[in-house]
Amino acid sequence: MLKKISKIPFKGTPEQEAQLRAVIEECKDDKSMLMHVMQQAQAIYGYLPFEVQTMIADGMNIPLEKVYGVSTFYAQFALSPKGEYNISVCLGTACYVKGAQELIDRICENLGIGAGECTDDGKFSVEACRCIGACGLAPVLTVNDEVYGKLVADDIDGILAKYKA
Amino acid sequence: MYRSHVLVCGGTGCTSSHSAEIIEALESELKAKGLENEIKVIKTGCFGLCALGPIMIVYPEGCFYSEVKVEDVPEIVEEHLLKGRMVKRLIYDETITKDEIKPLNETNFYKKQHRIALRNCGVIDPESIEEYIAMDGYQALAKCLTEMTPEEVIQVVKDSGLRGRGGGGFPTGLKWSFTAKNAADQKYVVCNADEGDPGAFMDRSVLEGDPHCIVEAMTICGYATGATEGYVYVRAEYPIAVSRLDKAIKDARENGLLGKNIFNSGFDFDLHIRLGAGAFVCGEETALMTSIEGNRGEPRPRPPYPAVKGLFGKPTTENNVETFANIPQIILNGAEFFSSMGTEKSAGTKVFALGGKINNTGLVEVPMGTTLREVIEDIGGGIPNGKKFKAAQTGGPSGGCIPASLMDTPIDYDNLTAIGCMMGSGGLIVMDEDNCMVDIAKFFLDFTVDESCGKCTPCRIGTKRMMEILEKITDGKATLEDLDELEKLAYYIKDNSLCGLGQTAPNPVLATLRFFKDEYIAHIVDKKCPAGVCKALLSYVIVEDKCKGCTLCSKKCPVGAISGSVKNPHVIDTTKCIKCGVCMDSCKFGAIIKK
Repeated sequence: MLKKISKIPFKGTPEQEAQLRAVIEECKDDKSMLMHVMQQAQAIYGYLPFEVQTMIADGMNIPLEKVYGVSTFYAQFALSPKGEYNISVCLGTACYVKGAQELIDRICENLGIGAGECTDDGKFSVEACRCIGACGLAPVLTVNDEVYGKLVADDIDGILAKYKA
Repeated sequence: MYRSHVLVCGGTGCTSSHSAEIIEALESELKAKGLENEIKVIKTGCFGLCALGPIMIVYPEGCFYSEVKVEDVPEIVEEHLLKGRMVKRLIYDETITKDEIKPLNETNFYKKQHRIALRNCGVIDPESIEEYIAMDGYQALAKCLTEMTPEEVIQVVKDSGLRGRGGGGFPTGLKWSFTAKNAADQKYVVCNADEGDPGAFMDRSVLEGDPHCIVEAMTICGYATGATEGYVYVRAEYPIAVSRLDKAIKDARENGLLGKNIFNSGFDFDLHIRLGAGAFVCGEETALMTSIEGNRGEPRPRPPYPAVKGLFGKPTTENNVETFANIPQIILNGAEFFSSMGTEKSAGTKVFALGGKINNTGLVEVPMGTTLREVIEDIGGGIPNGKKFKAAQTGGPSGGCIPASLMDTPIDYDNLTAIGCMMGSGGLIVMDEDNCMVDIAKFFLDFTVDESCGKCTPCRIGTKRMMEILEKITDGKATLEDLDELEKLAYYIKDNSLCGLGQTAPNPVLATLRFFKDEYIAHIVDKKCPAGVCKALLSYVIVEDKCKGCTLCSKKCPVGAISGSVKNPHVIDTTKCIKCGVCMDSCKFGAIIKK
């Protein structure tokens, strides 16, 4: 899977760093906890920039190359920041056969960005995601944690308008 | 004592349509009416009939409310719970007969089902260990630890005929006996809850609706195989399942059902949760173990099998969630109870996730050997909008499709394999005449190209090449030789890939080629997509008789491809048309069609 690596300068706060250090301290003796630490780091920073991966590698005493290997292997780890509102459109089979591709097309058209990208103002990002298991509501999309189900492409403009306001 | 119990579904489907808010509203409304000590609200796991969510059932009447909204709550409380008059407009219409309501298990959706793995889902509060224990929970574990030897436990599982529900169908008892045979200072039990098949959500529902049964079953497996530690590897995309499982493990520990010296038997066992991070290949057993160890989730060559050298290099038993969910019932009721259900070689029941173009989307559990027709027409309620059934896709990206002509095949492991299909984890996606089978094959291949871990060449490069041929076909640029090449490549990848992902990746293509070759031919020779899906092969045309010349379409067309004068039929210039479909959506007279 090709991942977009952000060129936006890293803006971590000392509070965030303290949180991450605490997580690393707790797990550093068990190397199998690497993914757990990275998941926590992503929860703290929103994504895993180079600086954060370096902190993890040093703290866990694991080569940076291996941390980078793991971060690029799993779809969940983001190397670019997400928008204030991250829109995930489920592209599981149930959603796909019910027209999820049209939802993505409409969102991209509306926002003027492609899938996996973020708008210039940092407000919206769009991604296609794997089955979230809400197949009974297909097709489904989520905006941050809010779930919208049983959609048709014409619903898109209305949903986006709610967040643009 | 409560005079009434209100069960509200807290599964992912219903939570997505705001069941949590409904519960909140119910509780505050009951409080306002002073009923909080008379009526108990319980958040349960999935009822299975996700299409009608959010779902609420009121006992003792057994009144089944569907598609409940937060705004409906005051009416339900006022009319039903206070005055005893059911709110008819919200009752699932199949359960109403004249003035009575009939029990849920007499409706078409539930009638043919037989619930073992899902028996507590939608029945108990999954966050309450007491409710699980009240449903005979942890009795099977007690029986194993106090009355049975590990060998006896394995024998019962063997005799039951239970086979792995994750897809492969390997006999579970046999798997356990392999690990039991290998002496080691440390052994592990692993539960595979990395449910990656798009469209399958039974494992999630079991974890959400009945997490304790997985804790119990894994402990039993630990006792039988000599393992003292277990890991549950769950998809990070399932936050509700993770939090309920986490609570179940903590509660079990507090009650002495996990930890040291369980039931005073001298047996120790404990469980850990590890979260996946979105890699389909981690559903493969060796890749999953590599991932638990904190690495890129790449599969390992077998042998050595996990029973010899598994997690952290130690003997390991790995089963999936649904397989484990059957274990306590098998131990409690005996091998005969389970083996008497289903077909000769596939005992017991199987959970299917019905999705796609079907009326009753949701989870169903039926005895093995039930026909596809029964599942789709009787339980699933058929295809919406009067469309025609075309095929059912099983086994996700590793599986195949069952065409209408084979709808009466009894579903079990061997029958599905015989028709080039695969049971897989039990996702059953229904497709109708509007779905293009070449496009579906391309959809799945796109998935495997994306999810191939890259370790072995046939899968990494082969699937990509197959994808390119499929793209040529849907773009109308392929020749019949390409089709032969596609088939040759498919068999090559099947034979030479390292793990299950690559070995099964060509299945969706091979299955569609087998049953829907005419659609491939239509794309290649006639340059047409019969279902009207593949954009490059479509053209939009205006039907002269129906066009009123209102000019709306020509105004909407973004590239100015439509011309004509007012009140006269318009025409589309196909050389300019970009096939966006705006004209068709905007036409009020249905005069624009694609063909």
